[in-house]
Amino acid sequence: MKKIKCAIIGPGNIGTDLLYKLQRSKVLEPVWMVGVDPTSEGLARARQMGLKATDQGVDGMLPHVKEDGVQIAFDATSAYVHKDNSDKLNALGVMMIDLTPAAIGPYCVPPINLKEHAGKREMNVNMVTCGGQATIPMVYAVSRVQKVKYAEIVATVSSKSVGPGTRKNIDEFTRTTAGAVARIGGADEGKAIIVINPADPPIIMRDTIHCLTVDAPKQKEIEQSVKDMVAEVQKYVPGYTLVNGPVFDGNRVTSFMQVEGLGDFLPKYAGNLDIMTASATRTAEMFAEEILSGRLTLEAA
Amino acid sequence: MSQNLKGISIKVHDMSLRDGMHPKRHQITVEQMKSIAKGLDEAGCPLIEVTHGDGLGGASVNYGFPAATDEEYLRAVIPLLRQAKVSALLLPGIGTVDHLRMAADCGVTTIRVATHCTEADVSEQHINLGRKMGLDTVGFLMMAHMIEPEQLVEQALLMESYGANCLYVTDSAGYMLPDDVTARIGLLREKAKPETEIGFHGHHNLSMGVANSIAAVAAGARRIDCACGGMGAGAGNTPMEVFVAVCNRMGIETGVDVFKISDVAEDLVTPIMDFPVRIDRNSLTLGYAGVYSSFLLFAKRAEAKYGVPAREILLELGRQKMVGGQEDMIEDTAITMARARGLRDKAPGASAA
Repeated sequence: MKKIKCAIIGPGNIGTDLLYKLQRSKVLEPVWMVGVDPTSEGLARARQMGLKATDQGVDGMLPHVKEDGVQIAFDATSAYVHKDNSDKLNALGVMMIDLTPAAIGPYCVPPINLKEHAGKREMNVNMVTCGGQATIPMVYAVSRVQKVKYAEIVATVSSKSVGPGTRKNIDEFTRTTAGAVARIGGADEGKAIIVINPADPPIIMRDTIHCLTVDAPKQKEIEQSVKDMVAEVQKYVPGYTLVNGPVFDGNRVTSFMQVEGLGDFLPKYAGNLDIMTASATRTAEMFAEEILSGRLTLEAA
Repeated sequence: MSQNLKGISIKVHDMSLRDGMHPKRHQITVEQMKSIAKGLDEAGCPLIEVTHGDGLGGASVNYGFPAATDEEYLRAVIPLLRQAKVSALLLPGIGTVDHLRMAADCGVTTIRVATHCTEADVSEQHINLGRKMGLDTVGFLMMAHMIEPEQLVEQALLMESYGANCLYVTDSAGYMLPDDVTARIGLLREKAKPETEIGFHGHHNLSMGVANSIAAVAAGARRIDCACGGMGAGAGNTPMEVFVAVCNRMGIETGVDVFKISDVAEDLVTPIMDFPVRIDRNSLTLGYAGVYSSFLLFAKRAEAKYGVPAREILLELGRQKMVGGQEDMIEDTAITMARARGLRDKAPGASAA
């Protein structure tokens, strides 16, 4: 079966985990790995795995995009360089899946709005944040039943799974996640809290989702909706588990999640990183299926 | 305590209107804040912390919605004070630099940026900004008993490198004994820049608040957190009136009037308490097992709802090495424990997993 060729920008932990996932895909084929450091282990690993690789950044790949048929690129670098990467690749008709916090394209949380984005032929979609991917589906699971006036998420991640970029700008996480909890989750107002736990052995990502409904919660319907949504996310993150809840307390509806990763390249406890690479892969697959079926043709922007 | 500390001048920092928000479930009214703050000011207390118990932006389902916003409290209190300055606490991951800017705009002169003791590097953007804005900028390392002094100092020096002019050893669990304090403050005093101030924040869960604070002063700390009337999380903070009395006896200068501050404790702070903030079996457990003091009321509520004793919930949270901010895990842990004990009926909604 024909596959859609992909490039990964950023050969770090996220980029490498993404590579492992793409290699299993029935519709995607990773062909390029782009980095900036000639001594990068991730670039060397990608070469060993048969990909073309450059340490010259996106510019090093641009001359080969057409001949190698790259149609989808993943950016796992940083918000600072993302726009530049995206502009250059969009100009060549390559659609961009943004794993950085840059968020120049619309937020994509696969079980909620992926189909809509594919239908709109978006050329750049943003994967929000790890906390967003892990929690927004559960906000939506409540808001699709009844009006949610306020949703708040608490993401607790192991210290080892939080990289220097996130640490330097943790406000970006709280702001971006809060915004997407409201916009994509469907709450009037959103709040996000992140807690970093250094326990050793590292804790598996935990997420708590509190929703305050306007009217008394429709318990039966919410329970079913939550259950359905968990099953939906489990399609691409099998370790997405409802540990407790939904708990109903007045107008508060709380779900307690655990997110265990697949352990492809990243360790299993880093469910926060896994859910990003898995969501990005799921997103790319949907676009690839559309392209392969002839329903979607990417055009230079 | 054989050292002669006579003549040493220190700054005491009141916690009753911030850490004291925990036992009040963040429901201190603006009027109560105003009257207590005025009392503290008149008693000579030089620095008063005012925010939600979990710092700026703490208003949440997870930690509790307060009676008024941080901004309302700050704008009400600051203009009333003759000599005292006001500080605000900020936990990155909960509050952001936007909150910091708001607090500075309200007239806060000290910003305290708090992280778990191993995670100092999440404070860089906030400490940077605090310093850039000319604020007295404090790096506040919580649950400092959980790591060795060498590791703690390494983290504190990161905060110093971001621009903090004062570094705090924070005994959030009230677990430390005086020797633990001496080891941490002593090494920090030795390794930090001479101009960097050192502070200590204690909890009274093992009745060590005053003794630990004196040990901190002896080891080089010059800023000590106390709460008037002891009103703080767990069994409260180091009671300010007691600490000031001990300082007077030892010749340590605080500038606070011992009788006036005891009157504030007795006439203004104690009367607003919802229950006596003291050492009971649960707050004792915090100090004994090294658990974050703010977890206390959440564990009591979980006991009432799920039938698992608060003490056992707290011990389990300690065993799982939960850190400050993980208040959500208290209900989760209680439900899981209740299920394991066959108390399922008492735990509505616990069946969906």
